[in-house]
Order: sequence, then structure tokens, then C-alpha cells
Amino acid sequence: MRELQAAAITDAVARLAKEACYFLPKDVVDKFDSALESEESETGRDILSQLRENVRIADAEEVPLCQDTGFTVVFMEIGQDVHVTGGDLNEAVNEGVRRGYEEGYLRKSMVTQPFGERKNTGDNTPAIIHSSIVPGEQVKITLLPKGGGAENMSALAMLKPSQGRQGVVDFVLNTISNAGPNACPPLIIGVGVGGSFDKVAYLAKKAILREVGSQNPEPHLAELEDELERRANDLGIGPMGMGGRTTVMDVFVEEYPTHIAALPVGVNIQCHSARHKEVVL
Amino acid sequence: MSEKRITTPLTEEAIADLRSGDRVLISGKILTARDAAHKRLVELVEKGEPLPVALEGQIVYFVGPSPAKPGQVIGSAGPTTSGRMDSYSPVLLELGLKGMIGKGYRNQEVRDALIKHKAVYFGAVGGAAALIAKRISSAKIIAYEDLGAEAIRELEVEDFPAVVVNDIYGGDAYQEGRAQFERKEAAGT
Repeated sequence: MRELQAAAITDAVARLAKEACYFLPKDVVDKFDSALESEESETGRDILSQLRENVRIADAEEVPLCQDTGFTVVFMEIGQDVHVTGGDLNEAVNEGVRRGYEEGYLRKSMVTQPFGERKNTGDNTPAIIHSSIVPGEQVKITLLPKGGGAENMSALAMLKPSQGRQGVVDFVLNTISNAGPNACPPLIIGVGVGGSFDKVAYLAKKAILREVGSQNPEPHLAELEDELERRANDLGIGPMGMGGRTTVMDVFVEEYPTHIAALPVGVNIQCHSARHKEVVL
Repeated sequence: MSEKRITTPLTEEAIADLRSGDRVLISGKILTARDAAHKRLVELVEKGEPLPVALEGQIVYFVGPSPAKPGQVIGSAGPTTSGRMDSYSPVLLELGLKGMIGKGYRNQEVRDALIKHKAVYFGAVGGAAALIAKRISSAKIIAYEDLGAEAIRELEVEDFPAVVVNDIYGGDAYQEGRAQFERKEAAGT
């Protein structure tokens, strides 16, 4: 049994929050570069070059890539042989968010009573925390600052099993089409298929963390990913919805067994500011 | 296609020259407001009370910036989704507002109001917030300081990059751009 101080988790979360909001992952930046080569729309290329320049400025000056520094979504894979000491684990994460958002000059966007008072909590807590127990004696923390604009265009459907693959394809493409310019394309699309109402949304959210250019190892899912990517780009929405070939940077599909009566589909939309950062303690 | 340079306050002539899809660089003073400030402004209009800001000929930018670091004029400052302001914008256009900067679709009511009141909706690049902050040379809060990131600010901008989305002739860059690049086998989905 390995002991891990709660304070170490707080420190890690505070650092991840700042770094995730300042530095875009390399796979995403590389995709901007290749899209700049392939995009046929002049306005689309101009927008992509603004995004590229934005990455350079945020990196050099250590300022947020986007003013919307998001819901703070934190995934923790906790080794079953780790014992967290010196404090409450979830509170340690929230303390890290509190500190990182304050020290990092990140915007605080969380409000209480969603259909009522909507009072800002002032420190971007509470984080959205997903914990799972895994073998081993390490803790892997992944922090995903998720912007509100793209999250608002995400959708979930409980399809009839008879709707099958075509139903899944139609729902994903319709969700991307409806999102149009609002979700800040070019997008990363996380798709969950199967499980239950809650599980499918979780699968879709986890999927957006995959590396741009990666494929699901299951051939039938890799094939679906390819078809969805091609057809999403055929929609013509383009960078920031001004028209063009680059509507999505990638589509990731994850599946899980489901009930005999069910075919859940979740589509989580990630804007081009596809920020996330992880650490293993 | 090169950019058109425009300065604020917007003149009728400058507005008449803008067409959906035009890339523009905006310079001069602009105002900021998003959800909470719009709600308060429209509530004042409904009560017949004076507004804390003059809107005639002005551009309102839908933005809630991140906090400024020491030495910065303003934190990162990209556009937010405009559709949330749709229920308020026609009221402000009626009062002489001539431009809005944001991102994403506007509803039919707003598009009709733009034609009626001869005003323009510009799209800025969402997420290009560090770049846009560099084009802002001064920022001061002029109303609703208690709203924090959502306070109304007056910004001085220089070569603020945007695209004309909706012009006074009914043009819509989102519809036109998409129609130009859509591959039809994707239709019917």
C-alpha cells in the first residue's frame, strides 16, 4: 500500500489547470497546420491562421488560449493500492481548481442554482469529478477545461435498436449540423454508443480525450469513425462556420454493451480549443 | 479577398458598404456586454429608465474576458455565443445600436431587425482570445462593475479581425459559406 498526500493532488490539479488553459496539445496544433494546407476556403484559412497565431501567443505569454476556461472536468484513475492521506480526496481536487484558477488568471464560470439565482461560485468549483479504481499504486489525473459553447451543442438520444448503425450516423451528423458555427469548429467529436443514459455520456466525454489521428482498435468502430469524419466534413460548415472543408478535426467512437431494449448514443462536442493535460502521481 | 478597414462609430455609408462574408478589421471604441448586462439593459428600457451607456452608432462585443494578468490591458477576450442575446438584441437595435460582434447563429427576429434598423452582425473567431486581446489597447469598466467578467466595458480596439455574418441586405455568411462547400451526398442526413 502506497501513501499519497492529498496536498500532492491539490498541487497537481492547480498546475494542470494552468497548463491546460495555456498550452494546446501538440496533436491539435499539428492538425491546425495540416488543415491550413488542405482547407480550400480563403476565409477558412484566415481563421485557421488566427488560431495558429493564438496558440503561439498563449504559449509565449502563458495566458489562456480562450477566455472560457470552462467547467473543470477531472478524471482520476486511482490505483487500488494507493492510500490518500492528509485530507478528503475530492476536496483536494477542488482546492487545486480554486488555486489554479486564481493563480493562473483563469475565468471563473461556475454558477449555483442553474435556473434560479445563477450566482458565481467565485473559484470555478465544484469541479466535475469522475473517479475510477484501477489496479496498481499510482493515480492518473486528467484535467479537461470544457468550454460552455461547445458543451451546449452536445446531445444524447435513446434510439430504438431497430434504428441501428444508420440511426447512430444520422444522429451524430444532425448534432454536428445543428451545432454549426456555435460550437467553434473545427471540432473534435466524442461519440458514445451503448451502456445506459449516464454511461453513454461518460463514454462520449472520455472519447474527446483521444489523440487526434488515432483510431479505435475495433475495425467496425474505426470504419464508423472514418465515415463520420468524412461526412461531417462534407457538411461544408468549415472553420467557425464560415464555410469550408475543415468542420471536424477528428471523430472518436467508443462503445459498451447495452440493454436488449436500448441503443443509447451520446455526442460530446469539443471546440477547436481542445485543451487537456494529464499527470501520473 | 482583402480586409475592409472600418472605424467606430459606424456611419450609414460604412454599413451600406459591408456584405456578408467580407473580412473586416475594426478600429476605435466598442462596448462589451453579455448575458447579465443585456438582461439589465433591457429591463431598464422596459421600465422607461435611462441606460448607463449610449448605444447610438455603437458596436457591442459579446465577451466575458478572463482576468488580466499584471501588465495586461485585458485578459483573453474572444467572442461568446451570440444566440443567447437574441431575445435582447432587437431592443438595443431599436435604440440605435449599429453593430454586434459575437459567434454563431442569430435568429430570424434579430436578422430582420438588422435589416430594419440598418445594422450589422460580425463574427469573430471563437477561441482566438489571446490574439484578440493583443488588438485591444485599452479597457475600462463603465457600468455594472458588480458583474465581474460580465460588466460593461469600453474597449479601444485596433484592427480587430472579424467577418460580416449578417448585412443590411439579408445576406448570411453562415448559410452562404456552407452552401458553397457542402458536398451533396451528405445531404438528407
